[in-house]
Formats: sequence, structure tokens, C-alpha cells
Amino acid sequence: MSVLVIKGLTVEVTTEDGPKEILRGVDLTVKAGEIHALMGPNGSGKSTLAYAIAGHPKYTITGGQVSLDGQDVLEMSVDERARAGLFLAMQYPVEVPGVSISNFLRTSITAIRGEAPNLRHWIKELKESMAGLQIDPQFAERNVNEGFSGGERKRTEILQMELINPKIAVLDETDSGLDVDALRVVSEGINRVCAKGETGVLLITHFTRILKYVKPDFVHVFYDGRIVREGGPELADDIEANGYAQYVTA
Amino acid sequence: MTEVKEREVAIVPPKDHTPVVRSLDPSDFPTPTSRDEEFRFTPMPRLHNLHQGNVVATGSMAIAVNKVAGSRFEIAGAKSTDRIGFTDKIAAGAWSQLETVSTLTIEANQNLSESVIVSIVGSGAVAFGQLDINVEKFASAVVIVDHIGAATYAGNIDINVADGGAVTVVSLQDWDASALHLAQHRITLGKDASVKHVSVTLGGDVVRILPSVHYAAPGGQAELIGLYFAGAGQHTEHRLFVDHSEANCRSNVVYKGALDGEDAHTVWVGDVLIRANAIGTDTYEINRNLVLSGGGRADSVPNLEIETGEIVGAGHASTTGRFDDEQLFYLQSRGINEEEARKLVLRGFFEDLLGQIAVPEINDRVRDSIEARLGGRI
Ligand SMILES: Nc1ncnc2c1ncn2[C@@H]1O[C@H](COP(=O)(O)OP(=O)(O)OP(=O)(O)O)[C@@H](O)[C@H]1O
Ligand SMILES: [Mg+2]
Repeated sequence: MSVLVIKGLTVEVTTEDGPKEILRGVDLTVKAGEIHALMGPNGSGKSTLAYAIAGHPKYTITGGQVSLDGQDVLEMSVDERARAGLFLAMQYPVEVPGVSISNFLRTSITAIRGEAPNLRHWIKELKESMAGLQIDPQFAERNVNEGFSGGERKRTEILQMELINPKIAVLDETDSGLDVDALRVVSEGINRVCAKGETGVLLITHFTRILKYVKPDFVHVFYDGRIVREGGPELADDIEANGYAQYVTA
Repeated sequence: MTEVKEREVAIVPPKDHTPVVRSLDPSDFPTPTSRDEEFRFTPMPRLHNLHQGNVVATGSMAIAVNKVAGSRFEIAGAKSTDRIGFTDKIAAGAWSQLETVSTLTIEANQNLSESVIVSIVGSGAVAFGQLDINVEKFASAVVIVDHIGAATYAGNIDINVADGGAVTVVSLQDWDASALHLAQHRITLGKDASVKHVSVTLGGDVVRILPSVHYAAPGGQAELIGLYFAGAGQHTEHRLFVDHSEANCRSNVVYKGALDGEDAHTVWVGDVLIRANAIGTDTYEINRNLVLSGGGRADSVPNLEIETGEIVGAGHASTTGRFDDEQLFYLQSRGINEEEARKLVLRGFFEDLLGQIAVPEINDRVRDSIEARLGGRI
């Protein structure tokens, strides 16, 4: 059973006025089979946490530890982290002109699995996953995220998650920008991966509506660079009803 | 590739396009300097003085050709002065140092079943060359001119396509890192003749190729394709001139280049002139550059001059994109290592162009050479 352990994580970014601390000591443990929701106001540092776990070079780790199954994640390069089993669905997936989705996915899967997939199986697997997420098969030949709508990008992120089948997936506002039908389709995709019990999910969101489909085991309230409150699904309803103001003094 | 910009370049008013000097004698030309428009991007100190027009050869290139039915190759034929002059001191200097000329003839009405491969191999010497490719009436062929090895080489190619002829000429510059290669490729098209001229420049310290297209009669078609890759410190320059002087001719120019590493410098200049009598002209030119890493510089200057309104179409575009850290992060976050990520992007960038070149013999070779050069391993 995989486990991601984050302890006392502090992170800063470089700004024009010098370094700025964004994460002020994050403690969080996510195990395979668990779904954790992370909720917090704009600018509280949720994406920073997600990027820091994935290893984005813009974020400097100033303290604390991150480990995956006992291995030091912070020592790994970005691609090593992915191959170790970490996955990040980005809030703003990046366009990569000139590289088709099918080429990109095949290269990614080859890297993650350590060998090129059998071509016939791979085509079938890709088709099925795309169909499950109601992605037009023609998207396979389009360039990565180029000209994709917001919702199309999010579906494609979950397509990648499904194919990669990571140990730990951090989903950064995957629900934002999805219409009601897409929200259901994407949620089902997430649940398909979770149902295998091999993946732990950290779901960053502003809204409880996705939590109606993807049922969290734990809810964490993020405020000013740290987790200020933890609880069960009821916490999400409380936030929706009363906002974050109640945690300001926490 | 996030900062892609389409550039509009002002149409320059018509001027007299006759070259100031056209001659076989280098002493007829002033010595070029970087103040001259034609040389403003060129690193003159790295030209081994070839621009002085009087450097003496210290050796020669090894030339080999496969035998293909319907073609003839004369490796060292007599020099005749009955030919059109060159347009700069470098080319005329090369000619003046030569004792013989190599000529490839594609015989009339022959449709060659196999590519003719002319390999030109340098072994480090200063050398000069003149290759004439004569495609006779209604002949068709694919010719690959493969430049490899190390050399300080000024070698010109004249491509003459007679009425109804059709030729693909691929000039491959796959030199060792130290090479200097300067060349004029002069293409002349007869009535309804067509050419696909492909310049692939991958290796060498400085490579400067000047392809030009001249229409001797109406109905000619020219497709000019270029693929270049410049690693750290390399200078790769392509200056094109398409002279639409006849009615109902077409030209299409597609050049794509990638830069990888510090001080990689690429230059693409595309001059297209539609003269007053060239009614029914259809022309388009595009140059795309991709900066993969480092502080490379891609100069791109499309230049279209139109002296008649009675044309089918005329256009140009130029874009320069950068493979940025966000793209790299995205690919890496999917398990793809940095080197593989660059390869993936580069392959994607050149793939459609390799499809357009459509000479299967060179596709794998070009792909492999680029990937080997990626990250500066050659
Ligand atoms: N380069 C930077 N310079 C200055 N501030 C930065 C920089 N990068 C991030 N920040 C700040 O860090 C804080 C946390 O940003 P982050 O994107 O992690 O927030 P978030 O919780 O994901 O917000 P949202 O809900 O809006 O997505 C913000 O206040 C942001 O402005
Ligand atoms: Mg965010």
C-alpha cells in the first residue's frame, strides 16, 4: 500500500521583492485507496503545494520532508517523481505545440511503465479510456492542449491519470470549468481509478459539487499556507454554508 | 512556443534588382564586409578569409556517385567560361580556384527509378567545387548531394531544368563541427519545369547557403524546403531569392529551424520578387523557428516585392517560438526525462516537413543526426 507523507513542508517563491514564503509548514498523509479533499481560499497556497510535490522548479523547498513509500521525493527530479508514482493534474494544463496527444501519451506511458506498450493493446486501451471520458477520438491527433477548451484540458488530464494509474494523484481544481455533464464524466473517471484501490487522491477544489460524485474520506481546510482544520465530509458542507472566515483566527 | 508571433513585414518599394556585379572573376567584386546588407548577419571572422576571393585550395573534396540508368556523371570536366556569372566574391573566388567542373546529367525523357547520390566528403582541407546538375527535357529524378566530413569549402551548385523536366535536389549539410561551407545554389527553370530544392543543414561551424530560382520561361514551379538545426555556437544561414520574371510561375518556400544551446545562430532571409511582367504568379513563403534551449538567436526576414497586381497570390509568414520551462515541466511531470522531452518536441516540429521532403532515404538519417546533435553530443 502506497503512502505519501508530507511533514513540516515550507516553500517559498522568488518575487521581484525577494523570496516570499507561501507554504508555512504543511503536514499531510495520503494513503492508497483514500480520497482527501483540500479546500481553501484563493491564494492560500493549494497549487503551490501541488507543484512543490511534483517538483516545479519555480518553488524552493526551505524545510520539511516529502516521502513516497519511504523514498525521499524532494531528492528526485520531476520525471523521477512521476515514474515513482506521483501524478499532478494541473489547474492550468500547458500547451505543447507540435506534439500530438497520441505521441505524448505513448512516450509518457513508455517512460512510466519502463517499456513501450504493445501497440495493439495500447491503441485499444487508449480508445477505451477516451471513450470513457467522452473525448472525441480525433483528439489523439491534436497537439497537446493546443486550442483545447478549459473542460477539454481537464478531461485530458484525467485521461492521463487513468492511463498512468499513479500511486498518488494530486488533482488541482480538476472540477473548475467543467459543465454539469463533464463534471459527472470526469468524476466517474476519477472513481474508476480509485476503485482499483491502488491510488490515493488529493483533490483540490473550491466546490462541494464534485464531492457529491467523488466522496472524500477526509477534508482539509487550507489557509495561509497551512492546514488549519481537518475532518470528514461534513467539513465541506460547513465551508459551503459558512465560508472560510471562521478559520481565520484558527 | 508560447511567444509565437506572426510578423508582418512592410512591402519594400520596387528597385532595380539586377545584381550590381555578375561575374566569374572575383576581382570584379569589392570585398564584402558586415556593413553590406547581404552579410550583415554573417560572422565574417569565421569565414577563413574565403570572402577575400583569393584563398588557395590546400586539397580537394572526395566525390562519389552511384550509377543510375538514365544519368551520366562527369567528375572532372573542362571549365567553360560560357556561363552566367556569380553574384558575390566568395562564389567567384571558388570558381577561379577550380580547374575542373563536375556535371551530373539526367538524360532527356528519362524517369529515374532510383535516387542519384552525390557524396562530397571533406578531409579537413580548404577546397572548392562546382557541381552542375543538368536535367534535360522531360526528365525526372531525385538527386541527393551529401556533404560530410570536415572542410573549409566553397562549392556552388547550378541546377538547370529544361522544359518539362522535374527534379528534387536535396543538399544535405551533415558536416563535422569544424566545417565552413559557403555555397550558391542557382536554379534555372525552363518552360513548365519544376524543382523541389531541399536544404538540410545540421552540422558545421558556419554554413551559408544561397539558393536562388530563376524562371527562363512561363509555367515553372519551385518548391524550396529547408530544415536546419543549430547547436551551441553554430551559425546556419540560408538566403533565398526567388525571381519571378515570367508569367504563370509558382513558388512555395517552407523553412523550419531549431536552435539548441548557447550562441546558436540561424538566419533565414527570403527575398521574393514578382516583376511587372510576371502576371499569374502564385507564391508563398514561411519560416518557422523553435528555440529549444539556451540563448540562441533566430533571425528571420521574409521580404516580398510585388510589381504587378495581376497575380494569383503572394504571402509570407515568420514565427519564432520557444520551448519553455512550463512545457518542459509538463512533459517531465508525465515521466518523460528532459532529453526525451526535447526529442519529442523536436520530432513534432520537423515531422510534417520530413513528410513534405518525401525522400525516404534521408528521413531516418536526418532524424538520427538531429537527435545525436541534440544536447551537443556532436
Ligand atoms: N512568482 C510569484 N510572485 C509572487 N507571488 C506568488 C508567485 N507565485 C505564487 N505567488 C503567490 O502565492 C500564493 C499562493 O498561490 P497558489 O497558486 O498556490 O494559490 P491557490 O491556493 O492555488 O489559489 P487558487 O485557489 O486561486 O488557485 C498567491 O498569493 C500567489 O500570488
Ligand atoms: Mg490554485
